[in-house]
Amino acid sequence: MSADVAIVGIGIHPFGRTPGVSGRRQAVVAARAALADAGVGFADLQFAFGGSHSAGDADTLVSELGLTSLPFINVANGCATGGSALISAYAAIMSGLHDLGIVIGFDKHERGAFNTDPAEHGIGAWYGETGLMLTTQFFGMKIQRYLHRTGMDAGVLTKIAAKAFRNGALNPKAWRRTPLSEAEIAASPMISHPLTQYMYCSPAEGAVALVLCRADRAHHYTDRPVFLRGATLRSRRYGSFEVFSPWLAIERADSPTVDAARAVFEQAGIGPDEVDVAQLQDTESGAELMHMAETGLCAHGEQDGLIAEGATEIGGRLPVNTDGGCIANGEPIGASGLRQVYENVLQLRGDAGAHQVPGGPRVGFTHVYGAPGISACTLLTR
Amino acid sequence: MRTVDDSLFTDTPDGVALVGSRCADCGAHTFPRQGGCPRCTGDSMQDVPLARTGTLWSFTVQGFRPKPPYAGPPEFEPYGVGYVELPEQVIVEARLTESDPDRLWIGMPMVLELVPFRTDDAGTPVLTFAFAPAREEGR
Repeated sequence: MSADVAIVGIGIHPFGRTPGVSGRRQAVVAARAALADAGVGFADLQFAFGGSHSAGDADTLVSELGLTSLPFINVANGCATGGSALISAYAAIMSGLHDLGIVIGFDKHERGAFNTDPAEHGIGAWYGETGLMLTTQFFGMKIQRYLHRTGMDAGVLTKIAAKAFRNGALNPKAWRRTPLSEAEIAASPMISHPLTQYMYCSPAEGAVALVLCRADRAHHYTDRPVFLRGATLRSRRYGSFEVFSPWLAIERADSPTVDAARAVFEQAGIGPDEVDVAQLQDTESGAELMHMAETGLCAHGEQDGLIAEGATEIGGRLPVNTDGGCIANGEPIGASGLRQVYENVLQLRGDAGAHQVPGGPRVGFTHVYGAPGISACTLLTR
Repeated sequence: MRTVDDSLFTDTPDGVALVGSRCADCGAHTFPRQGGCPRCTGDSMQDVPLARTGTLWSFTVQGFRPKPPYAGPPEFEPYGVGYVELPEQVIVEARLTESDPDRLWIGMPMVLELVPFRTDDAGTPVLTFAFAPAREEGR
């Protein structure tokens, strides 16, 4: 296992709703916090990768951060925007091209479910007009099929959402900071059967920035470097079941989550059984359930037992979404993937405060999933 | 009367059917039609009518009125959405005529229907496709 790339500075703008503060402004706050954390200035950076889905072009941030002529490359990969920026930074440093740079993810979405134009996905207008172009429906149908296949009870979905709000209450940067009971979650309006309103995340706002450098120079910037051991992105295969699919193949194949997770464990030379803390895409609570097994962290059908015994709690043996995940933080598309990495850096440094995993976690795993059937994963160690 | 998109449909002796593509090289099917084969990466796709009956593969119920581009009638009623497996062809996503989740189950037989969806600005009824529980056939 080689350690070639280090994360030496992290910054975040609180997630949720910040009226009157643009997404770009939130990105600047996160970037300046990350620079301060690393003890460097923007003029010291040799490269930047960043992106947002709805809040503007990342490369325009130089007008506020400094006109230093550095190469700033925009990344647009939906939910994997942050992951793709990290892959790009990893490659820039591994290739020897650069030693020190920054990745920035930010967003600011309108209230309510995302409304995507079918034409952007190469789908006919009829698909949107007749009410099929909704991510919420996909997750309802995927978990419905999954519960049918594994025999797990739908009651596990309320337990996962309750954990998210419980963890969010411990995280000062989270949006939803009030615990909700399983009864309140189950009784909230039905969005897409069997998923209720409080089982879903909501589109939101937020920003995260990370300063990365060559691992052998990490101690110039911090005495507690966290190493990026792997970062992967995969698209869908023929036969997988993905969001915005007017049709599916009858022959079944693994999801891009399975491919991206397998690839990142191979890249890092680390096994799923070595993970001490995991941040998984929880667009809704069924996604967390399915992704626990798709990433290889447990077996299919084993999740309800793990959740019942408290294994995925902050103090459990497989803590999942320790910062409250998307359910408690909301989903700013360009920022969510880097939020997960930010949380794992806090955990590995021992700086997570009230939501700190006990026992000094050493290996952190992150996973995002989104349209049109993509997944990005990272592995961090200290 | 018109449909949401005439290119999705074809007439068959058994009634209107969805039109998909079939790869002449590997046999993979898609819906709607497309030019490239997502399975073997070739470009020998041919039009094919899809089966009008199948079984429910998964389902949900849309509980809130979607934002535009959704163009449904002003009064919103929750509607069923599902994937229906058409034997040896493809699994198609569609609205369902049934919106009570307690009356839907994975594996139930389904049949294709054209159903009223909305009335356009010129007052013309617009039809779309939906799958109905097969027991309702011939109602």
